[in-house]
Amino acid sequence: MSVHLLVDFGSTYTKLTAVDTEKEVIVGTSRAMTTVRTDVLEGFDMALEKLQKAHPDMGEITTISACSSAAGGLKMAAIGLVEELTAEAAKRACLGAGALVNHVFSHHLSKKEIKTLKQADVDIILLAGGTDGGNKECILHNAKKLAEAKLGIPIIVAGNKDAADEIDELFEKSEEEYYIVDNVMPKLKKLNVAPAKDVIRRIFITKIIEGKGIKKAEEKIGEIIMPTPEAVLQAAELLSKGHEEVEGYGDMMVIDIGGATTDVHTIGEGSPKRTEVILKGLQEPFAKRTVEGDLGVRYSANALLSLVKPYEFKKYYENGDEEATDEDIEEAMQRRHDNVDYLPENDQEKAFDKALARICCDYSMSRHVGTVEVVYTPLGNMYYQTGKDLTEIQYVVGTGGVLINNADAKQILKEVLHKSHKKLELRPKDSEFLIDELYILSAMGLLGQKHPRLALKLLKRHLK
Amino acid sequence: MHTVVIGVIGADVHAVGIRIIEHVLRKHGFNVVNIGVLSSQEDFINAAIETNAKAILVSSLYGHGEMDCKYMKENCEEAGLSHVKLYVGGNIVVGKQDFKDVEQRFKKMGFDRVYPPGTDIEEAVEHIKEDLNTA
Repeated sequence: MSVHLLVDFGSTYTKLTAVDTEKEVIVGTSRAMTTVRTDVLEGFDMALEKLQKAHPDMGEITTISACSSAAGGLKMAAIGLVEELTAEAAKRACLGAGALVNHVFSHHLSKKEIKTLKQADVDIILLAGGTDGGNKECILHNAKKLAEAKLGIPIIVAGNKDAADEIDELFEKSEEEYYIVDNVMPKLKKLNVAPAKDVIRRIFITKIIEGKGIKKAEEKIGEIIMPTPEAVLQAAELLSKGHEEVEGYGDMMVIDIGGATTDVHTIGEGSPKRTEVILKGLQEPFAKRTVEGDLGVRYSANALLSLVKPYEFKKYYENGDEEATDEDIEEAMQRRHDNVDYLPENDQEKAFDKALARICCDYSMSRHVGTVEVVYTPLGNMYYQTGKDLTEIQYVVGTGGVLINNADAKQILKEVLHKSHKKLELRPKDSEFLIDELYILSAMGLLGQKHPRLALKLLKRHLK
Repeated sequence: MHTVVIGVIGADVHAVGIRIIEHVLRKHGFNVVNIGVLSSQEDFINAAIETNAKAILVSSLYGHGEMDCKYMKENCEEAGLSHVKLYVGGNIVVGKQDFKDVEQRFKKMGFDRVYPPGTDIEEAVEHIKEDLNTA
């Protein structure tokens, strides 16, 4: 027997999934609190002990792979020229690599913005600007400002190639850690995020892990190969595309509702479905991820109040649940914010949690999907489409604590579907829902690096 | 090699002519960024910023060009593109009007060159080369 152990160092829990690669089954899963403050291995050992106790005949662990989102995950800043073009392309590269992007700057960096960068908690900066052969004045200016600022943060340069040599000299002199890769937008509206993503992952593996106190784990368990959100995205891509002769599920979506953020991943072109629709804006990545830092059911719960007024909140209750609740909404949100381990105890609190999850679904979907806009032309109505058309998505997979532990998870997920009062949003119309009951998506993303066929098989078996 | 941005402005969907313009400009050695039909002023301007274009060629065939081009020069200046030459051509106004009048109005709006219906694109190419000093 040979067991491949998959580890996910999360911000709250360290989660283990043991896969028997010969019998092709998931032996078991376990979790323990993440312990980055003392020694991250304490939590890992605790979880492993639990796993071995529950499955004494588990067999020998031959391989371990790990991903991490501990200590706040990977935080990046994206810089570009035009907000809707290179700045957006840079942001998408960061998101696709599994990062959280709290700072996006466009045009010339000002003193104030440099100061913001200095004070911000940023792990990597991605600097873009200009198409190849296009504007190089702006990226040169920004590179110079960054070199002068001596931030001590790794900088990835992925802008106009004509500026690369000058930037190379600039950073060489300033002794900043930097990497020059292919442009994220080599031609107008053409997206090229893979080279930047590769470097992000490389820096993450070699440097970031250390700062987050997870490096220690490497001695025992080997390399931490990627940020957790990227592992989820890879699992989704595998399940969508299939592997060799094994067919995948086609275009699909993963929605991960967490305590602090809601992540949405879609795999698919999302191109217009009708001839009178004209695509606008920057090209969309085939595997697209968006992260909503203000949508979450615990840490971000009180941020939801700035989006949803108390009277609107009631709309998100299931029919009948509305009467069951007389909770003070603000107080209930604050309680969840202050206590991220909070578990609902009675029906009323459960109903409240479900309503929060519905809000996260609804709002994250509005921000993720593309939209259409009618243009009245002398030749009749035409439509602009910005973003992805996801109306024909076949499967929506739900993951994250609040969905996994909920008997009504599929009910909650219905919130992502087409809505009559949001007609212009290109939401899924008629999808099947699957729930990641065992919480194995990130683990399967990791397993898929070495055993794609097995990971695909297990995903198909366990997503229900 | 100079970069020029071309496109069809406003709610206009005439897709063929702009392809011909793209083809001819390429043949003359320009780096052409064709942003296509249904393009807003903002689309032209953003494209010109990122690609460091030296000229913007606005095409309009459906008669509402005058409305669509209003304040384009001002918006270019606002976006730091005062140096970018502006060209416009096609059926750019409503109905049949005296072209001298039309040309004057568009020049007042800040366009460097204005072309009446039926202009040969080669003619404009010579102007662009002259204006950008590539003749």
